[in-house]
Amino acid sequence: MKNTNRFPRAARLLRAALFFSAAALAPAAAGALPFWLRLPEQASTYAPEVDRLFHLIMWITGVIFVIVEAMLLLFLWKYRHREGRVATYTHGNNRLEVVWTIIPAVICVMLALLSRRIWEDIKEHMPHDALEVHVTGEQFAWNFRYPGPDGKFDTPDDILTLNQLHFPVGKPVVVTLTSKDVIHSFFLPEFRVKQDAVPGMHSRIWFEGNKVGHWEIACAELCGLGHFRMKGFVTVDTPADYEKWLAEQAAEQAGEQKQATVPAATDVKPVSAPAAGERRAGVEAEQSGGSAPERVAEKGGNS
Amino acid sequence: MSTVAKPREVHHAGVHAAPTSFWRKYVFSVDHKVIGIQYLLYALSMLVVGGLLATLVRYQLAWPGRPLAFMGKIAPEGMPGGLMLPEYYNSLFTMHATIMIFFAIMPILIGAFGNYVVPIQIGARDMAFPHLNMASFWVAVPAAVIIIWSFFVTGGAAAGGWTSYAPLSAIQPKGQTLWLISLLILGLSSLLTAVNFLTTIINLRAPGMTFFRLPLTTWALFITALLLLLALPVLSAALIMLLFDRILGTTFFLPAGLVVSGQAWPNAGGGQVLLWQHLFWFFGHPEVYIMILPAMGITSEILPVFARKPIFGYRAMAYSMCGIAGLGFIVWGHHMFQSGMNPILGTTFMISTMVIAVPSAIKTFNWLGTLWRGNIRFTTPMLNALTFVSMFVIGGLSGVFMASTPVDIFIHDTYFIVGHIHYVLFGGSLFGAFAGLYYWYPKMFGRMMNETWGKVHWAITFVTFNLVFFPMHFLGMRGMPRRIYDYSQYTHLKGLQPMNQMMTISLFVLGAGQVILVLNFFLSMRRGPLAGPNPWHANTLEWQTSSPPPHENFVGRVPTVYRGPYEYSAPGHGSDYWPQNEAPGPVAAKAHA
Repeated sequence: MKNTNRFPRAARLLRAALFFSAAALAPAAAGALPFWLRLPEQASTYAPEVDRLFHLIMWITGVIFVIVEAMLLLFLWKYRHREGRVATYTHGNNRLEVVWTIIPAVICVMLALLSRRIWEDIKEHMPHDALEVHVTGEQFAWNFRYPGPDGKFDTPDDILTLNQLHFPVGKPVVVTLTSKDVIHSFFLPEFRVKQDAVPGMHSRIWFEGNKVGHWEIACAELCGLGHFRMKGFVTVDTPADYEKWLAEQAAEQAGEQKQATVPAATDVKPVSAPAAGERRAGVEAEQSGGSAPERVAEKGGNS
Repeated sequence: MSTVAKPREVHHAGVHAAPTSFWRKYVFSVDHKVIGIQYLLYALSMLVVGGLLATLVRYQLAWPGRPLAFMGKIAPEGMPGGLMLPEYYNSLFTMHATIMIFFAIMPILIGAFGNYVVPIQIGARDMAFPHLNMASFWVAVPAAVIIIWSFFVTGGAAAGGWTSYAPLSAIQPKGQTLWLISLLILGLSSLLTAVNFLTTIINLRAPGMTFFRLPLTTWALFITALLLLLALPVLSAALIMLLFDRILGTTFFLPAGLVVSGQAWPNAGGGQVLLWQHLFWFFGHPEVYIMILPAMGITSEILPVFARKPIFGYRAMAYSMCGIAGLGFIVWGHHMFQSGMNPILGTTFMISTMVIAVPSAIKTFNWLGTLWRGNIRFTTPMLNALTFVSMFVIGGLSGVFMASTPVDIFIHDTYFIVGHIHYVLFGGSLFGAFAGLYYWYPKMFGRMMNETWGKVHWAITFVTFNLVFFPMHFLGMRGMPRRIYDYSQYTHLKGLQPMNQMMTISLFVLGAGQVILVLNFFLSMRRGPLAGPNPWHANTLEWQTSSPPPHENFVGRVPTVYRGPYEYSAPGHGSDYWPQNEAPGPVAAKAHA
């Protein structure tokens, strides 16, 4: 049988391809990759878990990719048309069909099971004893509401901030998300957090900062002409700094309330109340100062 | 299913008389071949429009806020003085996707190749309902007119993304209404086409053409028509509901307490925001397969012809398409993992999504099996079909990332998704369409396209395609959201500009390279060498009649089919191909004895 020696040769080539791909991907472990090949910094406790899954899938799909493309190129080169060549007349092989149905099925089910556990931890099981924050998206800003000294929401001592989210390091935060107008998506890239803020719904997610720092919040769901500048800021403080910041916010707000005598807190307040309205306009003007045309700031919303 | 279709000859007095006037022959034709070419020109023109929109999108991403003087004259409202406004940018990517999906990829794969090839491949004289077929095409024309017209109304074209998520799509300017009307009309066209294909393939097969002797292109279009028939009505229902929310004051998608720009939205209440997404993606995921299955069929058709070898695992190919069709209806929730849908439901959809990767894997391995020990000829159709295989592998594998719910938290709505979809729709569907174009061009126009320029076009497209779209995965990994007018607003995304510039410049080269295809397409009609009936030495019935085929496709009786479509290099047979309709002769009889 002259065909039997074809396979060891293919196997050798395959081994070589695997070796070279492993060598090419090795720097990933050493962290020597350019920034655009790396995932962003990990700022939440579950970010490393999500990234491990990402890299596992990258390795599995990467190996499959290399094998499939190497076989494709090998066949194209080896079985290219030459004078006198005759193609092998075969309609397939049922045993092979079974093998290459079962292997991908097993890999996929395995990945699904691995994903399920992490997904449950992140989206299903809310931690107890967490700091609660209510987040309301609107075109084109993030409103944050802290319960204030009484620990209850929708009371006069609530602390409201615009586009500024602070929380202490090492304490889980549970965020309840909603929106006033259209769908927004609360995206903290460094925390591997994303959850849509949907009008008429209250979605709950949690995360816990694992280091002190300052990052950006992006809106990840198209929400209108100002979608690109619906940017917020997240600051993870030491517990002491956080308490200090909270006290400052409370004091500032007490001062504002005395001036403007804002009516009882409702979800609509930050837009309808003059003080908050001014603040919002201020933020817009500041943010559109970049390359965005002036008209963006003038046009508040749609139609 | 496998019973032999009744011969058409019994009631054959001509399906319809040969047209004599110019209008009936070339414009309001009922001939599936003319309608197929009409769809081809329609789709290629819209492909140009969609491509130009993409270059504007990419221009903004490479050089955010840099004016483009000539655009100030073309679109003074959206780009005053050449400076692109954010709402115009939103219109551009919305319309790019809408036009490419509904007006370019679907018409070229289903309208053009489906119409032209399927009736001849099954040995029919025309589609089952020729007048309905003409209606399908002429209904699709006003849809295209309306979608282009929407650029010129106050407030510009739709800007809510091709997915048009409510409530944003409910409060957008007038262009959105035109978008809804256009897609409703086009949906009617596709529905008529689907009914026509199903009836034709079930009833008009030539004697001996059993289901398991159907060429895989026809198999793919059969499954595609089934998906269209079952998925499109759901989209149409959703479009009508959104249209009513916009113009009749209903609130299907508008919950209570909606406040837009500080104003309470009139009579909002009782609506469900996520309802739109469920309805849209119930259609939207089968839609993805509607766009990839025909290209899979074309690839499965071309690989055996140029490997001179039977397709590996014909039945596995057919069954895996059935599997995709069935599973395609229970995976829609994977578009909604981060939407606020119950996370337990997310797990369910993750499992079904992981399972749907399996039939695609089966197809890929069978394509490799087809090449194994073949006698491979690198013609232009073959190069494009091989590119389909290798690029579809990337698009399929990157899908595993977003199928995994925790990983999807990070990459959802980032450029990773944009990279994935373009590997499937451009690397997959569009390369499949190019393969089909180069493959059937000689049949459609009777002349060969220029092979050298075809290969140059392929090489430029292949290289620049990867330069434009592969880096999108890296952008996504850095957290760059899609649909972002100016990512330089974010400090964590500022460093990505050089990569975006490289991608945009590659896109310019990619676009310029398509001029070669356009020239090759039109010049070859006159100058190309005569093709003859069967230039590729292929087995399927469309190659057993003249190029282009006569009125009603076959002179005299319709062919009788004796064997499957991919009998290449059969031992004992004189030549390396064996047409489906060739009567078993003395040579073959000897071989079987």
